[in-house]
Amino acid sequence: MNQHSDIEKTPIKSQRKSKALFFILVPCFFIILAGILGFQLITGDPRTIPSALIDKPVPKFNLPPPPSSQEGFSDNDLRNGEVVLVNVFASWCGPCLVEHPLLMDLAKSNNVKIYGLNYKDSLENSSSWLKRYGNPYKGIGSDMDGRVGIDWGVYGIPETFIVDGDGRIRFKHVGILTREDLSEVVLPLISELRR
Amino acid sequence: MKYICRNFYSMIFLMIFFGLLINIDHINVYAFSPDKPLSDPLQEDRALELHEGLRCLVCQGQSIADSNSELARDLRLLVRERIQAGDTNEEINQFMTDRYGDFILMNPPVKGATYILWFGPVGALLIGIIAIYFLFRRSRLKKILTSQEDANFLNDEEKRKLRQILEEKSE
Repeated sequence: MNQHSDIEKTPIKSQRKSKALFFILVPCFFIILAGILGFQLITGDPRTIPSALIDKPVPKFNLPPPPSSQEGFSDNDLRNGEVVLVNVFASWCGPCLVEHPLLMDLAKSNNVKIYGLNYKDSLENSSSWLKRYGNPYKGIGSDMDGRVGIDWGVYGIPETFIVDGDGRIRFKHVGILTREDLSEVVLPLISELRR
Repeated sequence: MKYICRNFYSMIFLMIFFGLLINIDHINVYAFSPDKPLSDPLQEDRALELHEGLRCLVCQGQSIADSNSELARDLRLLVRERIQAGDTNEEINQFMTDRYGDFILMNPPVKGATYILWFGPVGALLIGIIAIYFLFRRSRLKKILTSQEDANFLNDEEKRKLRQILEEKSE
């Protein structure tokens, strides 16, 4: 009788091992999964959509300037063998005004040419906006109906593109361009593309 | 009878109430930003169908059909224009993905980068079924083992042998 109960009490070796493995592996799996999802949740900004146009040639367009400025803007301006910035802005766009002083500084530094795409703005409004706050742009295209903006994949202005000398889009920044963005990402990439 | 009637009416009321809640955003769209439909009803049907399949990039949970944003309206108009210009549905979707990437499609295409998205849930289900199968088999094995051990017709030596055989099998 003693022996009998002894048998029952002895745990089955293989079962014990796999059970322990189960209790380690399953929580591990969920911790890793939660880690990946949490990382994506915290670091990734769901509003920033990767551009489909990176490394693609710029779309064809030819836009006249608003009345207050001299130069218009067409895709030919972007194939001069020079790395340039293309900034999408509008007078109705508050965040555009926030980054505007930075663009003015950049234009004064003569480091890089900036072209402006004036997205869905009225001619009068954009003219008076530029007069009031200054014009950092080498050339400006008035995209009244927003069609050129759509060709550029614009969905939330301000947006800033880096275009290389061959007229290829190499980088896109959505939202306000900060001084950190400029010194840590944009300017290093420009000098890299110039090489 | 009275009780049933009251219940019935309150249920109808609740159904209408929740029905309105669900449809509120649709009502808004059609009430405040009416698009000019295409004159050809077949083409307009195609346009509406395409609108449902394109994501609004400003308000990402919605299609451009449901969204009030300016960009969504521009894109709706653009779809109508492409239809009138004679583009096929595929050409229009291609036109959109060329500019905004796969992200603009409400149903992302099945390809390398989206395999996990499409087949991940099915894979997880399969893993679950396999896991349950093995757990179930093992617990059945245990049952057989204990019931055999309880049997009085085996002596201790025979029980040990049986255990050994079953253990080997389970490993």
